[in-house]
Amino acid sequence: MPPILPGKHLWKEESMTNKDIFKRGLIKENAVFVQLLGMCPVLGVTSTAINGLGMGLATTFVLIMSSIVVSLVKSFIPDKVRIPAFIVIIASFVTVVDLVMAGFFPGLHEQLGLFIPLIVVNCLVLGRAEAFGSKNTPFKAVLDGLGMGLGFTLALVLLGSMREILGSLSLFGLKFVEADGILIFVLAPGAFIALGFLIAIINVLKKRFA
Amino acid sequence: MAKKESTFFNMVFSLSVITLVASAALGYVYEFTKEPIAAAQLAKKVRAISVVVPEYNNNPVEDMYLAAIPGSNDSLEIYPAYQNGELVAAAVRSFSPKGYSGNVWLMVGFIPDGSIFDISVLEHKETPGLGTKMADESFKAQFRNKNPQNFNLKVKKDGGDVDALTGATITSRAFGDAAYTAWKTFMEGGKHD
Repeated sequence: MPPILPGKHLWKEESMTNKDIFKRGLIKENAVFVQLLGMCPVLGVTSTAINGLGMGLATTFVLIMSSIVVSLVKSFIPDKVRIPAFIVIIASFVTVVDLVMAGFFPGLHEQLGLFIPLIVVNCLVLGRAEAFGSKNTPFKAVLDGLGMGLGFTLALVLLGSMREILGSLSLFGLKFVEADGILIFVLAPGAFIALGFLIAIINVLKKRFA
Repeated sequence: MAKKESTFFNMVFSLSVITLVASAALGYVYEFTKEPIAAAQLAKKVRAISVVVPEYNNNPVEDMYLAAIPGSNDSLEIYPAYQNGELVAAAVRSFSPKGYSGNVWLMVGFIPDGSIFDISVLEHKETPGLGTKMADESFKAQFRNKNPQNFNLKVKKDGGDVDALTGATITSRAFGDAAYTAWKTFMEGGKHD
C-alpha cells in the first residue's frame, strides 16, 4: 500500500513506546506546523483564540473516536473499500459533534457552524485513520488520536491568539487596549501571514533545542 | 483475525453493515438533540425580539404573522409585542440582499407609529472587523427613535441621513435597506393596534 502522507517513512510504529506515540503529535510531528494538514479549518476559523480552541477540541474528539472505531473494525473491512468505510465512520462522528454543539453550545456553533461539517474532509482525520488506526490496537489509536488532536488544538489556539492579539487587540474575547488592531490579521490573508511566521518561529526553536 | 478478502460479497456486506450502524446511531443522536436544538433556536429568536421592543407580556413568537413586502412576492415575519393587550411595538425580521457577501438579516423593532425602537443584527457574512461593526452601539444608536418617514435610511453618500461605517459603505447600505424594507412592510401590511 503506498503511503498517502508525506513523511510517513519517519514513523516506525513497531519500535515506538506508548509515550512516544502520544508525544510526537504535540510538537515533533505537529499536524499544522510540521505536516501542514487540515489547512482549511486552520486558516478559516482562527480569527480568535476561542474559535481555534473550539475547532481544535471538536477535531480532537472526531480524531479519537474515529481512530478507535477504525482500529476496532479494521479486520472486518476489505482493503478495497476501506476509504469509503473510514469516511462513513468519520462523517458520523462529525454529525454527532454538529448536532450536540447546536443543541448544547449554540453560541460556539454559530461561530464554527460552517466549518464543523468540513472536519469530514480534514485530511488529518482520514490520514490518521489510514496511517495509524487501521494498523494498530485501539489503545494505541486513542493515544495517537489524542496526541495529534491536542497538537492540532495547540496550533489553532496559538494561531488564533496571535491573530486576535494583532488583529483585535484582545485575547479570548478580553480587550486589553481600546483601539483598533491591524485589520489584515482578522482577514484571510492575515491567516497565511501569521501561520507563516509561526512555522518559521517553531522551526527555529526546534533547531535550537534539537 | 485475518483481513477480509476484497470479494464482491465482502465489500457489499461490510459497507452495508457500517452504513446501517452509522445511520441507526445518527438517528438516535438526532432524536436526542432535537429538543435542545429547537430550544436554542427559540431562545435566540426571543432574545433578538426582546432587545428591539419595549417591555411586553405576551408571547410574540406565538403571535407571529406574515406580511408581504410591498412590491415583492416575499413576506417577512412580524412579531407583535403586547403589554396588557395593547400593542407596544412590533419586531420585524427583515433582510437585504445588498450586503457585501450574501443577505444581511436584521430584527427591527417599531413602535406603532412606525418609529424605530431598536435594531439587532441576526445573521450576515460581512467582512470581520469592517462590516461586522454594524452590530456596534455607535452605529446602531443613530437609528433609535427615528421615523423613516422623515429619516432617509440611505447612507449620506447616496443622499440619505445614515452615517456609514468607515470602510463598509456597502454593509451600511444593506443595513439601511433592510431597515427600510422592514418599515415599508410594517406600515403597509402590519397590524397597528
